[in-house]
Amino acid sequence: MNKAITIDGKTLPFEDGQTIMDAALTAGVYIPRLCHNPELKPHGSCKLCVVNANGRNVTSCTMPASDGMVVTNNTPELNEDRKALVQMLFVEGNHICPACEASGNCQLQAAGYYLRMESPHFTHFYPPRRVDASHPDIFLDLNRCILCELCVRASRDIDKKNVFGISGRGIDSHLVVNSESGRLGDTNMAVTDKAAHICPTGAILIKRKGYTIPIGKRTFDQKTLSEFHLGQVKQPEPDGE
Amino acid sequence: MNNQARISKVKIATCSLAGCFGCHTSLLDIDERLFDLLGMVEFDRSPFTDIKHCGPCDIGIVEGGVSNAENARVLREFRDNCKVLVAIGPCAITGNVPALRNNIDLWDCFQEVYLYDPGTEGNQIPNDPELPLPFDKVYPIYEVVKVDYFLNGCPPSPDAIWNFLTDLIEGRKPEIDYKLLRYD
Repeated sequence: MNKAITIDGKTLPFEDGQTIMDAALTAGVYIPRLCHNPELKPHGSCKLCVVNANGRNVTSCTMPASDGMVVTNNTPELNEDRKALVQMLFVEGNHICPACEASGNCQLQAAGYYLRMESPHFTHFYPPRRVDASHPDIFLDLNRCILCELCVRASRDIDKKNVFGISGRGIDSHLVVNSESGRLGDTNMAVTDKAAHICPTGAILIKRKGYTIPIGKRTFDQKTLSEFHLGQVKQPEPDGE
Repeated sequence: MNNQARISKVKIATCSLAGCFGCHTSLLDIDERLFDLLGMVEFDRSPFTDIKHCGPCDIGIVEGGVSNAENARVLREFRDNCKVLVAIGPCAITGNVPALRNNIDLWDCFQEVYLYDPGTEGNQIPNDPELPLPFDKVYPIYEVVKVDYFLNGCPPSPDAIWNFLTDLIEGRKPEIDYKLLRYD
């Protein structure tokens, strides 16, 4: 007999080695996420995908599924926690949606919509962050970085270039660029790299593409984050593809 | 009868602090529904009435963030006088575009705008005592006073404003439809 877990009462089969997230994705059950992308090794840092498995809260993208595991996911309590996490991400950076090219294609924004975030609630940090426009084809705007490490993983594991890394600890953690000058323009990053197209927010943008698709016709103007995550593995381009 | 109707009308005050009046313009864009609205509400302090101070009101609608001492004074007056306070638009909710200056030293900002910007004549930083004291940062209004409801959108669409206001006026907790919840 096949091994199975239940999520919110629904029985889902899984294969050995699959995480709760893998089993859910295979079955078309949505667990909110920001730092996870099925194409890359799980990271477990954004905590949006936390579910309750056998009475304990665990990140579903890193927790292996085990036979008979009882998981709750889409509950008001977990969704309130997720909303608080998104609110903290909003106040920790400088996320000014009306002034951002990625608005409408941004998964942080879409997570806010999905979780019905009406305000960031917490006190804004307004941290001073750097903008790097040194690359001929790519903008790097650290105001919008949520430290999901998707670019770090994509550059290391898919592009094999190791362009990005995280430096510092705790609240001082920040994205760094692997060049002597620390500037993106002095790396071998190319606009065709996976890392250039994987940012869930507007921290990594392709130049001269910003408004080719107008606001109102972009990815999350058409569909919810759950429809997007379940419907395609591919990331939205800054120009809405 | 006429008197009765006037007494039962909901009193609304509105203001724009560090905002662009876009939210007010979007309110006017409810078009002919303005007639229905005016049947239900009476405006107290608002750019529509030119009343200068907010009296006791049922609903206060605040556009824009808090960027100077005058903004803070008006906001406190609204909170003291309005039973329900609504933050409308991202400037009131996050600081939005005016808050882009929050990472720039205020003096540097002033010099850039008034002294170095090409085309400025006289090269003088405004210093009249009547001008309100600018704050070092622009703050969302919920970081200054308690806010009861938030209406997102830059600006919120006329439909979002209409649904929100009719809910509130008719005594319901405003429910914002997924399609109308927008931060941009």
